[in-house]
Amino acid sequence: MEDLSGFPLEIVGENSPMVSFKKVRKSYGSLVVLDDLDLDVAAGEMVSVIGPSGSGKTTVLRMLMTLEKINGGVIYVDGKPLTHMDKGGKLLLANDKHLRTRRSDIGMCFQHFNLFPHMTAIQNCMEGPVQVLGLSKAEARDRGEELLELVGMIDKKDQHPSRLSGGQQQRVAIARALAMRPKVMLFDEVTSALDPEVIGEVTNVIRKLVSEHNLTMLMVTHQMGFARDISDRVCFFYGGKIEEQGPPAELFGNPKRERTQQFLSAVKEAV
Amino acid sequence: MSFFEFMSLYWPRLMSGTGVTAAQFLLGAVLTVGLALVFGLMKMSSNRAIKGFAVVYIEIFRGTSLLVQLYWIFFVLPLFGITLEKFTAGWVAIGLNAGAYGAELVRGGIMSVPKGQWEAATAINMSAARRMRRIILPQALVNMLPAWGNLMVEILKGTALVSLISVTDLMFEAKQINASTYLSAQIFGTALVIYYILARFLLTPFMRWLEGFMARKLGRA
Ligand SMILES: Nc1ncnc2c1ncn2[C@@H]1O[C@H](COP(=O)(O)OP(=O)(O)OP(=O)(O)O)[C@@H](O)[C@H]1O
Ligand SMILES: [Mg+2]
Repeated sequence: MEDLSGFPLEIVGENSPMVSFKKVRKSYGSLVVLDDLDLDVAAGEMVSVIGPSGSGKTTVLRMLMTLEKINGGVIYVDGKPLTHMDKGGKLLLANDKHLRTRRSDIGMCFQHFNLFPHMTAIQNCMEGPVQVLGLSKAEARDRGEELLELVGMIDKKDQHPSRLSGGQQQRVAIARALAMRPKVMLFDEVTSALDPEVIGEVTNVIRKLVSEHNLTMLMVTHQMGFARDISDRVCFFYGGKIEEQGPPAELFGNPKRERTQQFLSAVKEAV
Repeated sequence: MSFFEFMSLYWPRLMSGTGVTAAQFLLGAVLTVGLALVFGLMKMSSNRAIKGFAVVYIEIFRGTSLLVQLYWIFFVLPLFGITLEKFTAGWVAIGLNAGAYGAELVRGGIMSVPKGQWEAATAINMSAARRMRRIILPQALVNMLPAWGNLMVEILKGTALVSLISVTDLMFEAKQINASTYLSAQIFGTALVIYYILARFLLTPFMRWLEGFMARKLGRA
């Protein structure tokens, strides 16, 4: 078994990060997808993740959402281990119960929305609060309606997902995730499956979240302009590692690494 | 004897037999649904003992004939101290047999629900049990309903076998009447029509309605 004695049981201190990947490794068979990844995200920070296909961007988010098992290292959320639990001063791989208590800090939006098709928009937003958080139906409905208002979907609250456009479904999905009151929100290419003309309605919602809410956000995106606009920091992933990171103006305006330069110019040509 | 006279004479017995057939079908179908759910879920368990138990059940009851199972339950189980009344033995055998087929339908239905649904439910921190009950099963149900329509018709047809352990169903009554009148064409012809009506004009329309109802609940229609 992996020796985790070098990893802290807790990260304390005023400036301790909201999310911390420490030497995180992920592989599928012999394919190493994340290679000793270190990444800290401060509370309230908006970090964009960019990089070529297969560089491990989605995997980073999925591990943080605990949808994938970790093969090495530790992930901390809000100072406490997420992927592991403290058993008598030793870090052991988290069991289901531990994951369920720690996972509540994190929410995620997917490329293909994944709304529950047998529920209306408002029911999608109420499901977690009622079934998981134990809110009353009335409380959950209030909360859901408030959030559907925020994402501009209150008019369609009684529609099933099959009656909504992609952009509308994605906005409901954002409301559904927010209804759980997470501290950290994850966005995995939330505009990639959308028609160009509706991308704006989703990015505007994310903009609003950045400016009006104190959420910590991690966003994988192929929209460089959007990432540049709203991020506090941009991470360029290459081969399961962070090849380069920095404030958007620097990373986009003056990339230092050759691979970053190549990627950015290839993206520019494609547009 | 005219057909009309014949019918007025034997109609009550045919109807009482039809009632028994309907009861055998309904009880058998309820047991089928219950067993299918339990064993379908067990077969997907990561616990090897639980999964193994489900696999053995499904293999045995799908791999052997309903008639032999019926005889086992009625004639052989008493030797092990389990005696079932013939009426009970009938629908229990039907349920056990069809439940094994239904379990595979349940498993297939669950696997047909996209991975993204499981992940979205996990992302809102649902427990595994709630995720199954609230998110996965409702969608699986819609996907597997057409196949269940076929299985239900099979169950109805299969009930005729219970006449072989002297349950007084439609088939049993028909055979009895035939034995005393030798009017084979009339009596088995009438039985045939009744089975057909039950399947085509009651059961199938009901299953279609259920499909439409569930599809509407999913907002697909
Ligand atoms: N379940 C899996 N089994 C095997 N390999 C996988 C699995 N999931 C991901 N991978 C592999 O891991 C690598 C990283 O995948 P990931 O989805 O994180 O890439 P990405 O950076 O998000 O790419 P994209 O821009 O195409 O979405 C890829 O090579 C991918 O093929
Ligand atoms: Mg990806």
